[in-house]
Parts: sequence; structure tokens; C-alpha cells
Amino acid sequence: MKPLKLLGLITVIVTAFFLLYGVNDMPNWGDSMAPASVHVSPYYIQRSQADTNAPNFVSAVLADYRGFDTLFETTVIFCAGMACLMLLRKEEDDD
Amino acid sequence: MINRYDNLIIEFFCRIIAAPVFLFGVYIVFHGEASPGGGFQGGVILGAGFIMLAIAYGMDFTLQRIREKMILFLSCIGVFIYGGIGAACLLWRGNFLDYGKLPLPVDHVNAIRGLGIMGIEIGVGLTVMGVMISIYYDLIDPGGIQPELSSSEGEE
Amino acid sequence: MEFIVGKFNYWIYIIMMMIGFYAMIAKRNLVKKVIGMNIFQTAIILFYVSIGTKKGATIPILEAAHHTVVPPESIEVAKYINPLPHVLMLTAIVVGVSVTGVALALIILIYRRYHTVEEDEILRQLS
Repeated sequence: MKPLKLLGLITVIVTAFFLLYGVNDMPNWGDSMAPASVHVSPYYIQRSQADTNAPNFVSAVLADYRGFDTLFETTVIFCAGMACLMLLRKEEDDD
Repeated sequence: MINRYDNLIIEFFCRIIAAPVFLFGVYIVFHGEASPGGGFQGGVILGAGFIMLAIAYGMDFTLQRIREKMILFLSCIGVFIYGGIGAACLLWRGNFLDYGKLPLPVDHVNAIRGLGIMGIEIGVGLTVMGVMISIYYDLIDPGGIQPELSSSEGEE
Repeated sequence: MEFIVGKFNYWIYIIMMMIGFYAMIAKRNLVKKVIGMNIFQTAIILFYVSIGTKKGATIPILEAAHHTVVPPESIEVAKYINPLPHVLMLTAIVVGVSVTGVALALIILIYRRYHTVEEDEILRQLS
């Protein structure tokens, strides 16, 4: 095997070892007392329908509680489209 | 040069299924608040409908249905709809993107927020559809590659 | 044993991440590097979405609430999965699509200029 690919393989195995060592502290699969589901998520689940009249919690959080993030999200994908356009479209000759 | 895929079954099937795909995409955008879906998902499905027509029939056929300038115009209009609804809330003494202050004629006071959510999902869907078609059109442009170079690349 | 069975989803995502990472650093073709970046990003998205699941819970859409108003106290929180990772990962998916689109556009420009997409041949033509 070429030396650079061997070095890449060793880096990948060392990184995997460190990541697996950190998995010890993560919550189990399907744990309802996981820290991600305890602090602000019950508020969103209970108050979404009353505040925004939308049964879908994901749409209500995305478009109402965190609407500012979605505005710049849309701007990001618009900028990506403009970047592709500026890189690849040819100019039209005005003759 | 990327030509159209000359196959009768694909052309026939894509022509039949293109209209339900667009209808399904519009359905997903508008029902974003009551069922799984929303702006991003519906926009990708609408863009994929046009890309499917472009793969089956060639890009010229699709550009006769939706012009290049209209694609860019749609993606700009989407961002303006989103920012416009947010700025319109400033006119009625609310915060930016505070949909509760718009004077829409609904009975429940929080149903206005539901309509505001639907409005901005429409804007997001239009932008994503325009950008998907635009990126596909840019990537398949033959550009400055000389024909004899591309044929020799195919022989290797 | 608890380490393997209780946390088996993290094993899967770490293996996927390392496959993508290896493809990004060890392959010489530029298109394969972009594919490796996509695999890496898909593994990260699955990792975050899987943190929010709850045992025996259903999708995060309120049942039987289309034209009625449900009082907030009668909603059991443990019956619906956590909606926050889904929201954040929608943004991540859109960012991934944008980066892939611009990366492929840059690869097309590199091909037009150097007539190859292999990394070592480009470096040889540069020096």
C-alpha cells in the first residue's frame, strides 16, 4: 500500500478509537431522559399548538420560534445558486 | 455533450408522471403545518420534477416550459416573500417576523401565526425550486470542452 | 456488553464517519473526495437525529388536532419524539446541498483548465 494511504488509514483508526472512547458518556438509544429532550423541548411540544395553531412541531419551531435562522438558511441556498451561476455561465456576446 | 436519453419507455412514463409530481410538491408545501413537509421538502420535489423532464427530454425542451430568467426570478422572489412578510410585521407595530400583529380576518388570534407560517413556507419552496433547477442547468452545460477531447476521454 | 448493545447506533455512525473521512483524505480523485464529504455529512445528520428518539414514541405531529385547539396540559411529552434535532438537521442538509453544488462547479472548472481530475496529475502540471 502506498505510504500516504497507509498514513491515512492509521489516522482514521486512531480517530475512530478516540470517538468510541467518548461514546461511553452518550445516552442510550431511546432514552427519554436524555439531556437533549429535557430542557426546552417539552415547552415546544406542549405549547406549539396553542401558540401557533400548527400541529406539526417541526414546522412551528422552524418557521415561528426560530424563523430568523430559516431566513438566513434560505439566503445560504440562494447564495449557493448564485455562486454556481457566476462560476459556470458564459457571457452572451452583444453583437 | 450530454444528449437526451432516447428511450421510448422513459419518455412516455416521464410525461405521464410529471403532472402528479408537481401536484404532490405543491401539496407538500401547503400542508407543511399539519403533516410532514414544509418549504424545503416541497421545493426539492418541485425542482426534481423539472430535472426529471430535463433528463428524459433534454434541457431545451424544459427551457421552453420555464425560461432561464424565470428560474432566477423565482428564486429571488422567494427570498423577498420571506423578508417581505417579516418586514410587513414591522408596519403594524410588531417585531420582525412577529406574525401575530398582521391584521388578517381570522377568528382565532393565533391562527394568524399559522397563516404566517404558510406564507413563509411558500417563499422557501420557491427559492429552493429555483436553485435546484439553476444548479442542474449550470452543471450540465457543455461549456468550453472541445468535442474531440471529450470523445478521447470516453475511450480511456 | 452494555457498551455494544445499548449504544449500537453510535458504532454505526462512527463507522460511517470513518468511511467518509478515509475517502476524503486518501483518495486521489477529486470527485471521490466530494463523495466522501457527503458520506461524512450524512453520518453526522443521522447521529443528531438519533439522539432525539424516545422508546415507544410517535412522530412529532400532534394527533387529532387539525381544526381543534388542544389544551397544553393534556399533551404527554413522552409520547412524541424530540423535534429539535430534526429542525437543526434541516438546516444542515441544505448547507450540505449548497456545498456539494459549489464543489462540483469548481471541479468542472478545474477539468476545463487542466483536462484531468486526478490530484497528482494536477500537482504535476502546477509545478
